[in-house]
Amino acid sequence: MCTYLTEKLGVEGSGKGAAGWFALSQATVYVDHPQHAPADHTLNIDFLDPQQGPAARVAVELTAQSARALAAAIESALAAVPPGLI
Amino acid sequence: MYDAMMAETISIIGHGGDQIEAYLARPLGPGPFGGVVVIHHMPGYDAGTKEITRTFAVHGYLALCPNLYSREAPGASPDDAAATARAQGGVPDERLVGDVGGAAAHLRAMPASNGKAGVIGYCSGGRQAFLAACSLPLDAAVDCYGAFVVGTPPEGMPLKVGPIVHLCKDLSGPLLGLFGADDQHPSPDQVAELDKALTEAGKEHEFHIYPGAGHAFFSVNRPAYRPEAATDGWQKIWDFYGRHLAG
Repeated sequence: MCTYLTEKLGVEGSGKGAAGWFALSQATVYVDHPQHAPADHTLNIDFLDPQQGPAARVAVELTAQSARALAAAIESALAAVPPGLI
Repeated sequence: MYDAMMAETISIIGHGGDQIEAYLARPLGPGPFGGVVVIHHMPGYDAGTKEITRTFAVHGYLALCPNLYSREAPGASPDDAAATARAQGGVPDERLVGDVGGAAAHLRAMPASNGKAGVIGYCSGGRQAFLAACSLPLDAAVDCYGAFVVGTPPEGMPLKVGPIVHLCKDLSGPLLGLFGADDQHPSPDQVAELDKALTEAGKEHEFHIYPGAGHAFFSVNRPAYRPEAATDGWQKIWDFYGRHLAG
């Protein structure tokens, strides 16, 4: 289905898109039909800078299992950082 | 039989007098031909939808697919445009009706037109095809598994997309509905509810629900593709438009 559900959040950092690196200001997270991944539905994340236009985008389409593993890995990596480093 | 056709990107006048991008495919014969407005799915004005648009031309229709994301993302690739449109809340219903109305007017004004114009939409475009046919004078409409014609969208959905089954009374022409039995958006119960509402409103319609098929069974480049359902669905479309739009 077209879920329409979209989580939107502000982010700080950089991403590398088709035209090279750019500063990120926003990310969207949603489950819907992928553009490319061979699955009916995927967890999609777009890292964006809307001010630079639609092409300022780093996109990923992940299976649900991969997305959960990624989320856990992010938490795990951050938890392993010594206090005060970031 | 002379079977040449051509396809090209053009500019048409959409909602509010805006110039929007659209993909036109047309037979090169003299006509007269019926017109079809093709409403793309939520992933956008993409290669698959353009192929569908050309298929209508191959079968003797003037076919026009407006880029519903023209305003949010002019010139962007279809996937970037779809992401941008989604992040901004999607296509408002009122604007959709204006853009489809502009596309239908463009088709009817073409020299080879027979004066008739229909609409077809897939996925989110299925709901939009129904909406357009209830809001504009169209000669025939095809709803391919459009969600939320019936049924309340999930809690917290950011788009202003609500059920529109109450518009049945305003449906301007016959409606063909093509659905998958395994789809949950719309579910078979929701399809049955729409069927009942159209019957009660005295509106001409025919629905086909394909066993073994779910959402997006026409999409040849996706795992959801179901060749039996899609092949029969295309035949239903040719039969339906043949009776209501052709020549």
